[in-house]
Amino acid sequence: MTDRTSTETLNRRRFLGAAGLAGAGAALSAIPALAGETAKSEALITDVQDWQRYLGDGVDKHPYGVPSKFERNVIRRDVPWLTASAESSVNFTPLHDLDGIITPSGLCFERHHGGVAEINPADHRLMINGLVDKPLVFTMDDIKRMPRVNKVYFLECAANSGMEWRGSQLNGCQFTHGMIHNVMYTGVPLKVLLDEAGLKPNAKWLMLEGADSAGMNRSLPIEKALNDVMIAFAMNGEALRPEQGYPLRAVIPGWEGNLWVKWLRRIEAGDQPWQTREETSKYTDLLADGNSRKHTFVMDAKSVVTNPSPQAPLKHKGRNVLSGLAWSGRGTVKRVDVSMDGGRNWQTARIDGPVLDKSVVRFYVDFDWNGQELMIQSRAIDSTGYVQPSKDDLRKVRGVNSIYHNNGIQTWLVRSGGETENVEIG
Amino acid sequence: MSKSANALMLVLTICLLGGTSAPSAAQQMAGRDATRPSAKLGLGRAATPEEITAWDTDVRPDGRGLPVGKGTVKQGDDLFQEKCASCHGEFGQGVGRWPVLAGGAGTLKADRPDKTVGSFWPDLSTVFDYIKRAMPYGNAQSLTNDEVYALTAYILSMNDIVKDETFELNEKNFTSIKMPNAAAFFEDDRETSEKHFWNKSPCMKDCRPAPKVTGRAMAIDVTPDGKSGPKVE
Repeated sequence: MTDRTSTETLNRRRFLGAAGLAGAGAALSAIPALAGETAKSEALITDVQDWQRYLGDGVDKHPYGVPSKFERNVIRRDVPWLTASAESSVNFTPLHDLDGIITPSGLCFERHHGGVAEINPADHRLMINGLVDKPLVFTMDDIKRMPRVNKVYFLECAANSGMEWRGSQLNGCQFTHGMIHNVMYTGVPLKVLLDEAGLKPNAKWLMLEGADSAGMNRSLPIEKALNDVMIAFAMNGEALRPEQGYPLRAVIPGWEGNLWVKWLRRIEAGDQPWQTREETSKYTDLLADGNSRKHTFVMDAKSVVTNPSPQAPLKHKGRNVLSGLAWSGRGTVKRVDVSMDGGRNWQTARIDGPVLDKSVVRFYVDFDWNGQELMIQSRAIDSTGYVQPSKDDLRKVRGVNSIYHNNGIQTWLVRSGGETENVEIG
Repeated sequence: MSKSANALMLVLTICLLGGTSAPSAAQQMAGRDATRPSAKLGLGRAATPEEITAWDTDVRPDGRGLPVGKGTVKQGDDLFQEKCASCHGEFGQGVGRWPVLAGGAGTLKADRPDKTVGSFWPDLSTVFDYIKRAMPYGNAQSLTNDEVYALTAYILSMNDIVKDETFELNEKNFTSIKMPNAAAFFEDDRETSEKHFWNKSPCMKDCRPAPKVTGRAMAIDVTPDGKSGPKVE
């Protein structure tokens, strides 16, 4: 009962805040009536509201629009204690406030190692050198004259859920799973650029390097480079956002986000990997026996229920919509199962919207809730037959110090008042 | 020439072209897969040797890319105190949350491993490459090659990989240095070591005993606003 009260108080406070901003105090009487009860008239309906009487903004007010002020809680958030410096840090996509599969560009999580490089596209150059017939320099104009493709892909940070290896730590799917975004990219297949320079037969690896102050560099096997890697200049129909690599970034479908080098300025062809800092000190996975995996590129099948979740508790008994995201770096998501009882029993969720290669899918379970405690889990299965493992299954193979690639099943405890917690179960 | 005369010329030209057996340029383009040009596009220009030298500073474990240069442990110590110690500490122990560069030998199997250059990094080339391209943080690419050699030598010394303060690191002896943890890395083996995660028919009914809550994020209370928490790299 205490929990229920505190949840309601929280929601009420938020509601009051929003109503105050709108200057619509009359909305306070808006208490939803249960079906079957005699309804009381709402002033929202019986009174003429301001927005019905007075003129709103004209078309000249917002040359570039922003979300409604009532959505101002839908923002990227960071966790200050995670890192030493905001310029080499990460923030998190508010997954619990989003739906569908496309992440709005302004909400896509950020991960920088030397802050956001601010580059005039007229000043940007891309060099291809190393084991090529002819080292080349391209301008952005050159790149925009090449044949284009449009693809929707997820980008997941290798460290997504990394704080949860030892147990439940952060209370919200924004923090536990929000180092991911899913957008449509427009760009050029990397193969087109490499063909212009002409790869030598002994070119087996590429090194991608950023123009930022971290000079981010990673080695990429040539098979992947020639398969589906893109060099993108647009996301969701417009130029890349500065924090996403404007004017040019690498798109490495299905592979850990660190390889998606932003502000891409150089591609070198070589006959072996470079063993850069980001593929030795970082983005290697320490196992319990003291040895480390390297080149763990693929992001395995994973899912999370975004609603309900700690930042989006259940507010109503009766009919509810459970919603979530699933993805796999190995192909498409074939199926998502959902459990309400901590993995004892499972039902197959309904996937709605596009099911694309190496993109997130949106899933739903429409359900009735009578106020009983729930332990909600989701389990993704991909087109290769890989089944998302439990965290304990992962820990059996890897221990708890591998930092990256935590795709274990998440559990949300929904309490009788609707309040929802990040928990581990045994 | 009048507009109608121009139009007539255009019609005539199209008729003449249409009458020939060779396909038009437009027809050739339409019949081709646009993502796989059959010939070079002719875009971009040759990179000059000076441009390549300016940007291609990367160094590989086999020493490819090392510039000519040299620096001693002692020179590196002086430079480190001046340019690095404010974040990394006088002895590479790290200040606050800034990265620890030295120590941690033998801790990789411990509950809380200490992953430093000495205890974890497999290749010395990475130290040179990374300092040269990205350090000092906030003033990258400000160090000379000799300074990077000296700092690399000092980091080796802090990690007891070289013991002599007068040791000089240069492009000739660089690849003779072996890093203690070099042999402890192996290629991604998930498809074999985790092949049991591929499962044709995962359990759907009565899969496990009734679960109990064993850990709660709310009890730890480090979700933003928290002032302490574990370090994540």
